[in-house]
Amino acid sequence: MILTEFKPIEEILLKLKDEKKIFIIGCCGCPEGANTGGRKVLADMKEQLEKEGKVVTGILEIDFLCQKALIRSRIKPRTDEINNADSVLIFSCGIGVQSSAAVLNKICHPALNTTTFGGITGMWQGTERCDTCGNCILDCTGGICPYSSCPKKLENGPCAGQSKGKCETDPEKDCAWELIYKNLKKIDRLDILDQFIPPRDYSKILPPAKLRKTKLWALDEEEMI
Amino acid sequence: MEELEKTTIEESKFEKALKSGKFTITSELGPPKGVDIEEIKDAAELLRDVIDGINVTDLQSSVMRLGSLTCCHFLKEWGFDPIFQVTCRDRNRLALQSDLMSAYAMGIRNILALTGDYTTTGDHPQACPVFDLDSVQLLWAIKTLEEGKDLAGNELTQKPSFFKGAVVNPGADTEASYELQIIKMKKKVSQGAQFFQTQAIFDAEVFKKFMERIHRENINVPVLAGIILLKSEKMANYMNKFVPGVFVPEAIIKKMEATQDKASMCIEIASTLINEIKPYCAGVHIQALGWERHIPAVVKNIK
Repeated sequence: MILTEFKPIEEILLKLKDEKKIFIIGCCGCPEGANTGGRKVLADMKEQLEKEGKVVTGILEIDFLCQKALIRSRIKPRTDEINNADSVLIFSCGIGVQSSAAVLNKICHPALNTTTFGGITGMWQGTERCDTCGNCILDCTGGICPYSSCPKKLENGPCAGQSKGKCETDPEKDCAWELIYKNLKKIDRLDILDQFIPPRDYSKILPPAKLRKTKLWALDEEEMI
Repeated sequence: MEELEKTTIEESKFEKALKSGKFTITSELGPPKGVDIEEIKDAAELLRDVIDGINVTDLQSSVMRLGSLTCCHFLKEWGFDPIFQVTCRDRNRLALQSDLMSAYAMGIRNILALTGDYTTTGDHPQACPVFDLDSVQLLWAIKTLEEGKDLAGNELTQKPSFFKGAVVNPGADTEASYELQIIKMKKKVSQGAQFFQTQAIFDAEVFKKFMERIHRENINVPVLAGIILLKSEKMANYMNKFVPGVFVPEAIIKKMEATQDKASMCIEIASTLINEIKPYCAGVHIQALGWERHIPAVVKNIK
């Protein structure tokens, strides 16, 4: 299972400050097990956003948000609600946010931080990778993770090492920033790139010892009791 | 709360030159792979009273060498004005902040903030790539130190004050990378960059177009154009193939091919290019790559 935690509501509201209409998507996989997803969590978020004067155009639950083909088929009947929204708020790990952003022509805001791979079960992912760093900024980078896609983990733009859109470290690898630029241009949101992204908080990368002893992370102790 | 003491090192020669509006010239020296500091002194002496500042590269191309900070310190002792190049590849935010303060304590004010090449491009491909900060965040860290705080928000006992520069590549070769160079340049300015040195250029038109673009974007920070002293046609072909963002036009390669006297042609190519772009920039940054002895002739030819 991939473990996630809620971003503070203040951070989510800051991300949504210039947006009025929000569509919510939740993954029915890992977040339900980690108590960061599921019907009630999504309904609660709808209520909180409405209290802040937002309009929630719809809520959609998808079994595995790491699977783009599945997302494509599930969003079809909900196209109008999604098109009608300014942005989409995603309850999933970083992979789910990336695959949603790859399918939807909208900014996809992560509602959760991905903290660790408790295990591998339940994954059905495509090419996206999550660094489980607990600092999710995927809405600032067009749904492409600069931590898992850029070898230098650059948050504020590419280095000068790229050549013809390919990475300095491997001429066959796309430069992550080339992809970030193209994604944001496609949805006409290059303005997002003007903001300064502060350095990542590495203290959030280590899963706490408390978590390591629970059934979410390691079965050893709890199951033996 | 008592106002923190602002310690002041006198404005550097380089900073004064750039602020005076004079056409400013810098060059760079690469520290040796060894501990003999005389090597760098000999190269520096060739540039005494010829240029305004000397960059010292920070483990350039990810190759382990003598440190930039140490060489900057000696250059300062010998009466030169060093520009301390700092990359993000090898140090986390603790070490970067500490080295910046160390530099200031030694009287070194000029900083060039860079991302740094990736570790696998150098002679220790097994090394851990750090990249805790990126170049924009490094400028932000410098700005924060200047405000008398570290990145964790703790107060410093004095406020250092730096002259901060960054780099930009006018020759980015895709729409995305070109636009992102502009976006990142703006971010660098907003985080305190006071001058730019560019990736090497050989095509005056490409550079002019870039400068026109940044003026349209209201970026009014002085830019020093990067000039590489071309030693041979072989070097040109190599750079065209392997050095991102550097493009030597065919006409220049032909000129080099046609001559036996590579050094004179090198000086002619560099001075012609500099005179052509001079109206568009605040100065030039000459990378001689071992041919420091030819820099005085190039500078003499600047009209």
